[in-house]
Amino acid sequence: MTDAEFQQRISQVPYARTLGIQIGGEDACFLLPVKKSNIGNPTLPALHGGAIAGFMELSAMIHILQHSKNDKIPKVVDFAVDYVRAGKYVATHSRCKLVYLGRRMINESVSAWQEDETAPIAMARAQFLVKE
Amino acid sequence: MALDFEELLRFVDTVLTGNDGDHFTTLGIRPEYVERHRVGMSMPYSEALIGDPDTGVIHGGAVTALLDTCCGFAAATALDDLAMTPTIDLRIDYMRAATPGLTVYADAEVYRVSESVIFARAVAHHGDPEHAIAAAVGNFFRMELEMFTDMRRDFRAAQALKMSHVKGGE
Repeated sequence: MTDAEFQQRISQVPYARTLGIQIGGEDACFLLPVKKSNIGNPTLPALHGGAIAGFMELSAMIHILQHSKNDKIPKVVDFAVDYVRAGKYVATHSRCKLVYLGRRMINESVSAWQEDETAPIAMARAQFLVKE
Repeated sequence: MALDFEELLRFVDTVLTGNDGDHFTTLGIRPEYVERHRVGMSMPYSEALIGDPDTGVIHGGAVTALLDTCCGFAAATALDDLAMTPTIDLRIDYMRAATPGLTVYADAEVYRVSESVIFARAVAHHGDPEHAIAAAVGNFFRMELEMFTDMRRDFRAAQALKMSHVKGGE
């Protein structure tokens, strides 16, 4: 599938539309554009930690679909996120890394940043299960 | 100083439902109960949550947001005054898919309060916590209460204004 085809497939997932996730400019990268519905603190304003986590989890899932021969949506078994900086109300990027691609288990690590990739706002890891 | 739980419930309600179009209202997260070290929330099934269009099963990310919110406010019940407790980290175990059409409930509890960190855990379910959809464990930052002086002042001023409007409308 091309990036455009993936973007088309993503846009058919309501939760992906809720967040507004897009395929990023680089391989394994995704973009979360500024969207009011991802705000958790309107005073600062800051993104909701759950929106950041959801974006990272969805990034990992799409990244797996881009790399696995299996067309089935991988099932997330567990997901862990470390928040290190507040998510400002600006565009957020993610970069995924396939740590382990097994026949059944897949491990992904994801980092999320805003202006500067060397200053991430969150790091996550997730374990997925795929059924043949 | 003791936390006023009636005020905290109003605060939680304001954060969750007071800003139309934010992440809380978009996902539909609502408070169920607020007690010392324990908070319950719910998230009714809606189209915005669907992660698998073929089955209608909601996405794990929406459950994560619910559990993060529920644990976070449970952590806030352990404080001596109104304040926020930023998430340090969170781990979610997804035990089974949520059932399409059903409301997801979350029950969070604080199990340790230290000087700078509040430790919380939560379960997401459809009404029976023994039949969990997901479990979460998270640590939350206990910041100096002075950090939230402005937030408390603004919230109390808005509440006072609301009360005067209610009285004025009688």
